[in-house]
Amino acid sequence: MDLGDIQISLLLASLIVAATPILLAALGELIVEKTGVLNLGVEGMMIFGAIAGFIATIETGSPWVGFLFSILGGASIAFIFALVTQIFRANQVASGLALTLFGLGLSSLLGHSYTGIKPAAFSDLHIPILSEIPILGVILFQHDPIIYFSILAVAAVYFLFRNFRLGLILKAVGENHDSAHALGYNVIVIRFGAILVGGAFAGLGGGYLSLVRVPQWTEGMTAGAGWIALALVVFASWQPLRLLIGAYIFGGVTLLQLNLQALGLEINVALLSMSPYLVTIGVLVFMSARRSRGSLEAPRSLGKTFFGL
Amino acid sequence: MLRFEPRKNRSKFLEISAPIIAVIMTMIFGGLLFYLMGKNPFEAIKLIFWDPVMSPTFSEYSRPQLAVKAAPLILIALGLSFGFRANIWNIGAEGQYIMGALASGSIGLALYPLQAWYIFPLMIIGGILGGVIWAMIPAILKIKFNTNEILVSLMLVYVAEQILALASVGFLRNPEGLGFPGSRDLSKYSSAANPELISGTGIHLGVISAFLGVILLTYFLSYHRTGFHIKLIGQAPRAANFAGVDLRYIIIFCLSLSGGLAGVAGMFELTGPAGLINIDFNVGYGFTAIIVAFLGRLNPIGILLAGVLMSLTYVGGELAQFMMNIPAAAIQVFQGMLLFFLLSTDLLVTYKISFKTSIRK
Amino acid sequence: MKLLRVSLLVLSSLMISCFAFAADMKVGFIYIGPPGDHGWNYQHDVGRKSVDEAFGGKVETVFQENVPESADAERVMTQMALSGADMIFATSFGYMDPVLNVAKKFPNVKFEHATGYKTADNVSTYSARFYEGRSVIGHVAGKMTKSNTIGYVASFPIPEVVRGINSAYLAAKAANPNVEFKIIWIFTWYDPAKEADAAKTLIQQGADVIMQHVDSSAIMTVAEEAGVYAFGQASDMSAFGPNAHLTAIINGWGPYYVKRVQQAMDGTWKGGEQTFDGIEAGMVVIGDMSDKIPDSVKKEAQAIADGIASGKLHSFTGPVNKQDGSAWLASGETADIGTLLGMNFYVEGIEGDIPQ
Repeated sequence: MDLGDIQISLLLASLIVAATPILLAALGELIVEKTGVLNLGVEGMMIFGAIAGFIATIETGSPWVGFLFSILGGASIAFIFALVTQIFRANQVASGLALTLFGLGLSSLLGHSYTGIKPAAFSDLHIPILSEIPILGVILFQHDPIIYFSILAVAAVYFLFRNFRLGLILKAVGENHDSAHALGYNVIVIRFGAILVGGAFAGLGGGYLSLVRVPQWTEGMTAGAGWIALALVVFASWQPLRLLIGAYIFGGVTLLQLNLQALGLEINVALLSMSPYLVTIGVLVFMSARRSRGSLEAPRSLGKTFFGL
Repeated sequence: MLRFEPRKNRSKFLEISAPIIAVIMTMIFGGLLFYLMGKNPFEAIKLIFWDPVMSPTFSEYSRPQLAVKAAPLILIALGLSFGFRANIWNIGAEGQYIMGALASGSIGLALYPLQAWYIFPLMIIGGILGGVIWAMIPAILKIKFNTNEILVSLMLVYVAEQILALASVGFLRNPEGLGFPGSRDLSKYSSAANPELISGTGIHLGVISAFLGVILLTYFLSYHRTGFHIKLIGQAPRAANFAGVDLRYIIIFCLSLSGGLAGVAGMFELTGPAGLINIDFNVGYGFTAIIVAFLGRLNPIGILLAGVLMSLTYVGGELAQFMMNIPAAAIQVFQGMLLFFLLSTDLLVTYKISFKTSIRK
Repeated sequence: MKLLRVSLLVLSSLMISCFAFAADMKVGFIYIGPPGDHGWNYQHDVGRKSVDEAFGGKVETVFQENVPESADAERVMTQMALSGADMIFATSFGYMDPVLNVAKKFPNVKFEHATGYKTADNVSTYSARFYEGRSVIGHVAGKMTKSNTIGYVASFPIPEVVRGINSAYLAAKAANPNVEFKIIWIFTWYDPAKEADAAKTLIQQGADVIMQHVDSSAIMTVAEEAGVYAFGQASDMSAFGPNAHLTAIINGWGPYYVKRVQQAMDGTWKGGEQTFDGIEAGMVVIGDMSDKIPDSVKKEAQAIADGIASGKLHSFTGPVNKQDGSAWLASGETADIGTLLGMNFYVEGIEGDIPQ
C-alpha cells in the first residue's frame, strides 16, 4: 500500500480539528448524563450555538464575541429543556427530541439573512517553542485557542469527577437521585445547572463548526454531528479521557476513509461509516458484561425523572 | 415550596383540559412568532388547525391524508408505549422501521416480477421480522449483559441508516433506473403493492392496521395478564417482583412488539405511499413516534389522538407554508413549541402540585 | 343615492380585490432542501423569482421547501394543485414517481420534473447539460494547477456525477497532459463539514485545484484558507473565497422557467417533452472569470464555451477509451445521448473505481 501521499502529521492535525465540535458537545453531554439526565437535543443545541455565534461574529466582527454568544445560545436553548424536564417534570427523551426540532427550526429562521457571508477569521495560536518541534509541533501546537480549550476542558472535567467534591455530588445525583436527595442535595437545582453547562458546551461546539471548521452559515449545517456526540459519550463510557480518544477515533475513521479514497483505493464507504457505531455497541456490551460495578456503566438514574423535593 | 404527589384518581377534567391549554398556549406563542415575521397570525393558525379538516378546498383530500400521515406514527408509538410503561426504553424505532422496510422490500424485489397471492403476506411477515430482529439485539444484550437498551437501540439506528444507503445505491438498486439510487417502485408491482383501499383517499392497509392496533392493544392492556404485568412494573416495580413477573419475558415481549410494529409500519409505508427504497426513505417517524407515545400518555386512545394532532401540524403546516409563504423552519419551531407545552402541561394531569412550606431546614 | 354610492363602492372594491387576487396563473415549486443552501435549491428559487419578475402580477408563484422525496411530496403537490396551481415544477430527481401519480389525478395541471426520465401527457422533464460547463472549468483547472493534481469531491455514484468527472477530466487532460485526478465520494449532497473535510484531505494530498459536485459552499471556504483554487457549484460562490474562486458553473433555470410558463399561458405548452439544455440555451452559465486566470486561458475557456454553444465542439469527442482501455468513441465520433444519460464508467486515465 502506498501511503506516500498521506502526510501523517497533517492528517493527525486535521483530525483534531475535525473532532473538536463533537468533542465539545459530547463533553457537555457527559456532564449532563453524569447527573442522570439524558438530553437528546444535542443537535438542536449545537446548531443554535452555531447560528448564535455566527450572527454575533458578523455583527461585532470579533470571533471571540461570537464564541461567547454560541456558549450563551447553547445554554439558553438548554434552559428550555431544563425548564420542561426539571420544573415541569416532562419525559427527557421526548423533550430532547422536541428540543432538536425546535433548535433546527429556530436557527434556520434566525440565520435566514446570514447565508453567503464570511465570518472574521479566527487565527491559530502557535505555541512558542513547542510549535517548532518537528512533526509533533504540527500535530499538536499549531491550532486555534478553542482546540487548546477543548483539551483543557476534558482535563478539567476529568479532575472534577475525580478529585472534587462537586464532581462527587454530581455523580451521586446521577447514580441515585433519591439518596442524593436524602443526603440534602437539591437534585433539581444540580441537574438544572448541569443541563445549562451541557448546553453551553454544545453551543460552543456548534460555534466552532460555523466559525472555524467550515466557516460559514448554512441551514442544517450540523448534519447529524449532535447525534454522533451522543454516541461518543456512550463509547467513552462516561469517562472524559476516553471521550478525547473516542472523539479522535470517530473523526479519524472519517478522515482516514477520505484519505484512502483520494489515494484511489477501493473501500466500502458504508461499512466504514457504520463501524464507529458498531464498535460503540461492542464497547457497551463489554462494559456491562464486566460485572464489576465501577464507574464504567451508565449512571443508574439516567433518563429517569426525579419527582421528589 | 412546591410539592408533587402522584394523583390517585386522575381527574377527567384535567386530562382533557391540559392538552387544550397546551394547544391554546402554542397558538398564542406561535401566533406571536408569525406576527413578528409579518404574517397574519390568525390566518396562519387557521390554515394549520382548521383548513385541513374543514376548508372546502382542501378538506376532502386532507382529512384522509391526516390518517395516512398519522398511521405509521400511531403504529410505532403503540408498540413503544408498552415498553415505556415497563421502563424499557426502545428509542431505536427509526432503525427498526428501516429494517422492516428493507426486509420486506428485499423479499418483494427478489421475487419480482412473479405474480402470486402469497407475496404480499410474505412481505408483511418479512417486515415484522425485520423490525423484531433489529429490536432483539438490544433485548438480548439487556438480558444477557444488562446493557443499556436506550443506547444500543439508538446506535442501531445509525447502522440501519448506513445499510439503507448501501441498499439504495447497491444491492436493491433498480437495474432499470439508469443508475440512479433507489429501488424499483413496489407500489407499481401489483403482487407487492399496498394500494389505496378507498379510491381517492390514499387510505391503505397500514391505516386500517393502526386503528385495529389501537383497539386490540387497548383490550390487551386491560384484560391480558401480560398487559397487566406491564402496567404493574411501571407503577410498582417491587410489587411486580413479588408477583413473580418474569422481567426477561417482559423485555423480550416489549421489544418484539415495538420492533414488529415499527417494522410493519415501514413495510406498509414502503409498499404504499413511499413506493420505493431510497436513501431518504426514513423521514424520522421512529423518533416522532416517541413524542407521540408520550403525548398520548402511553395510552392507545391517547396515542391515536396525539398521532392525528401531530399529523395535523404537518399537513396544516404545509398549507401555511405555500399559501402564506411561511418558511418551513417557522413551522418546525411551532411544532417544537406545541410539544414543549403538551409535555409540560402533562404534569398537571399526573401529579398534584401543592405549595407547602419546606419541612427541612 | 347614498345607497347607490355605497353599493358602487362595495362593488368596485370587490372587483379590485378580485383583480388583485386573480393572477392569470399560479405556479408552484417544490424544493428538496432550503433555498438558503446557496446551491441547488437556491438556484431553483432564483429561477422562480425570475418568473415573478417576467410576468409581474400576472403569475403568482408559491413554493415549498424541505419536501422529502417520499409520500410527502405527493401530498404537497396535491395540495398545491387543489389550491389552484396551474403548473408545478418539481425540482429533484426523487420526485419522479410522485409527480406521475399526482399528474394522473390532475390532468389539467402541467407538471415539470427536473432531472427525471419519465413523462406523461401533462408531465415534461428538464435537465441541464452540466457536463458542458465541466469541460470549460476542466480546461481552466488543467491550466491553473501547478502540482498537476486536481481534487474532485463527488456526491453519489450516479451517471450525472460520473459524466461530470469524465467531462472535466478530458478537458483538463487536453489542457495539461500531466494532470491527475484524485476523487473522493462522500455519499451525501449536503454536509458542509464532510465536504470541508474531503477538500482538506485532497489539498493535503497535493491537490491545488478543487472541483466539486456537492451542494454547499464549504469547499470554497476551505480552498480560500488553504490558498488553492476552486470553482463555484450551482451558483457564483466568490463571496466565500474571493481569491480561490476561479469561475463557476451556474445553474440557469430562469430562462427555461419563464419560457415554459409563457407557453402554458399561450396554450402551446406540451407534456411528454424532455429538455436537455446546456450552455447554448443559458441553462448552464459560466460565471465571471477571476483575475487570477491568465488572459490567454480565459480566451481558450471562452472559445470552448462558445464552441460548445454553437455545436462545433462536444465535450465527449473521440478518440476516447474507457478506463479499462476498451474503445468507446472512435476519432471524431461524439457520445450519444443514451450513453451519456446512463454513464457508469470512467474514461481512460482516471484512477480508482466508481464505488459499487
